[in-house]
Amino acid sequence: MSLGPYASFIVTSYALVAAVVLLLIVWIIADYRRQQARLKEIEASGITRRSGRSPADIR
Amino acid sequence: MKLTETLTDLANPTRFLALTARILPWLAGVTAVLLAIGIYQSAMAPDDYQQGATVKIMFIHVPNAWLSMFVWGVMSVAALGTLVWRHPLADVAAKAAAPIGAAFTFLALVTGSLWGRPMWGTYWEWDARLTSVLILFLMYLGLMALWRAVEDPSRAARAAAVLTLVGAINIPIIKFSVDWWNTLHQPASVLRMGGSTLDKAFLWPLLVMAIAFSLLFITLHLAAMRNEILRRRVRSLQMMQANRIAFSSDVGTGSREESASKSIGAA
Repeated sequence: MSLGPYASFIVTSYALVAAVVLLLIVWIIADYRRQQARLKEIEASGITRRSGRSPADIR
Repeated sequence: MKLTETLTDLANPTRFLALTARILPWLAGVTAVLLAIGIYQSAMAPDDYQQGATVKIMFIHVPNAWLSMFVWGVMSVAALGTLVWRHPLADVAAKAAAPIGAAFTFLALVTGSLWGRPMWGTYWEWDARLTSVLILFLMYLGLMALWRAVEDPSRAARAAAVLTLVGAINIPIIKFSVDWWNTLHQPASVLRMGGSTLDKAFLWPLLVMAIAFSLLFITLHLAAMRNEILRRRVRSLQMMQANRIAFSSDVGTGSREESASKSIGAA
């Protein structure tokens, strides 16, 4: 497959799209892990949501 | 009726999280497979008689350009959900979509420039289509800045919803700019009255890539919405934690008013 005289423009376009999409995926996964870790940390300190508690816990 | 029931069911964030946990792996898998097929078809597509191999840029430029407008459309529906129906997940959906839409718009602008340099002889021209897409990109950035600037999430959501609906005026301007103003950008060749003017050898890879990128958006959007719901849970738990600390110190000092003001400050 020959990309002709403008191969650098074509390759740069595809590489840039791949890089930005990968960056989005990594950012979203990292954000998910960060929020999960913060939730666990807070819940470990004894703070839980009302819906996460048993009826006996809610005074 | 069924749609209304489904939307009502999804108003419960816990139910929404359970649903995304079930469908996200499948969506991601189908997206990856379609992207692989689309990229393979794009690589195998013949050269255009005028553009040569640079026609391959179209297979990634057009889906990004289409999504840049589609995402704003999704955000506009979500804005109506915030302002009219007060759906609890509407502003979560809008806030989560903005950075993804900004990324697609950025890619549409840059890949368009990279196609324009060899074909038009310039990276940029202040013509109607290019300028209106640049304005769309700036609107995405403005919206993201607004969400960060206003601390109260419900006030930020309402302000962002108004801005989104005002900005939606730009979408038909982008779409019809090439028909209204006869400038450098070529007229529509895929979605147009009278059918596509593209040869099937180019149309199929383009359609597969457009579907793959649309599924990519849906996957990323659902995942980003999940993150936003978790972020709001963290925020409300942190406020509860601050209240608990403030009221426990209240027992020591005996000043309830003082503790309450502390807790508001900490939240």
